Amino acid sequence: MHELGIVFHIIRSVEEVGRQNGVSRVNAVTLELGEVSGVLEDYLQDCWTWAASKSDMLRGAKLQVAVIPAKTLCETCGCIYPTVAHGRTCPECGSGKTHLIQGNETMIRDITVPEEEVPEPPETSAGDTL
Amino acid sequence: MLVVDKVKVLEIKQSVFASNDRQADEMRRQLKDKGVFLLNLMSSPGSGKTSTLRRTIAALKDELRIGVMEADIDSDVDARAIAETGAKAIQLHTGGMCHLDADMTRQGLEGLGLEDVDLAILENVGNLVCPAEFDTGAVKNAMILSVPEGHDKPLKYPLMFTICDVVLVNKIDVMPYFDFDMDKCREYVHMRNPNARIIPISARTGEGIDQWADWLRTEVAAWKNKDADHE
Repeated sequence: MHELGIVFHIIRSVEEVGRQNGVSRVNAVTLELGEVSGVLEDYLQDCWTWAASKSDMLRGAKLQVAVIPAKTLCETCGCIYPTVAHGRTCPECGSGKTHLIQGNETMIRDITVPEEEVPEPPETSAGDTL
Repeated sequence: MLVVDKVKVLEIKQSVFASNDRQADEMRRQLKDKGVFLLNLMSSPGSGKTSTLRRTIAALKDELRIGVMEADIDSDVDARAIAETGAKAIQLHTGGMCHLDADMTRQGLEGLGLEDVDLAILENVGNLVCPAEFDTGAVKNAMILSVPEGHDKPLKYPLMFTICDVVLVNKIDVMPYFDFDMDKCREYVHMRNPNARIIPISARTGEGIDQWADWLRTEVAAWKNKDADHE
């Protein structure tokens, strides 16, 4: 259900950007999702399919998810380690003074839109060398 | 003219929460203009939000005009329970959603009407996950952790404890029957949020409610004065 709220916000944001750019249809949306963002991709995809079908701009659009690995910085020894494996305790020095530096993202990276009319490519036939 | 079914990519690089955050900031500005303090109260289902609110209203109703928005997936039992105290109360239905966002809160505030309210309280949907993700536009966030839930909740739901200004530890009257360790609870909350104020209360006996009412009174006054400074 958490995922549904997120999907509504993605759709609202994309529709806004789409309108600003004169886009009427969107083929795909790429989302950067941190490993510890707390968002489950499976649920997100289910919610997406349902909610996108209700939007004229996003009907049938794909949701592509790019997972961002979670990394934590140890303030005591300065090392950077994978968060999921070690949690909040630094595996190098055992310090608990650590903070997440990436992996909490829920970010719309880009959208893919149809470019139906492409200008004719320049003439290359009349004796031009390639 | 060559027509090819091609695509182009528009870069966006915008947090999913960005539009909600903008709306929430805008709402805080409006609340400041009107001199209304909005508290977002969160917790698990059954931790005692509504009974704590009834105590809170009883403690403050002679000095502050209080309005309550009860958000639930369904039913209006909570709004009725609040209305019995004499405070203004409305029920919001989230339509299956597990939290309120800034836009839903704005609609709720419109429904409540702010012209005769000093302290508006949003009782969020009972849930420790989703409400923490969405800024409602509240001035301060509070959450209730009840003794039967255990002192390790801050470890399991870190974000909720990170965003709360106050953690009310409710149902302390039943402490003898549970293995709830108040010191550990404080330690775990402060691991997540060193600035969180922890107030042990019992909505049943009224213990600790004075301290909580004091905190609210001070915050509401500070918010109103801040408003005056900016004018």
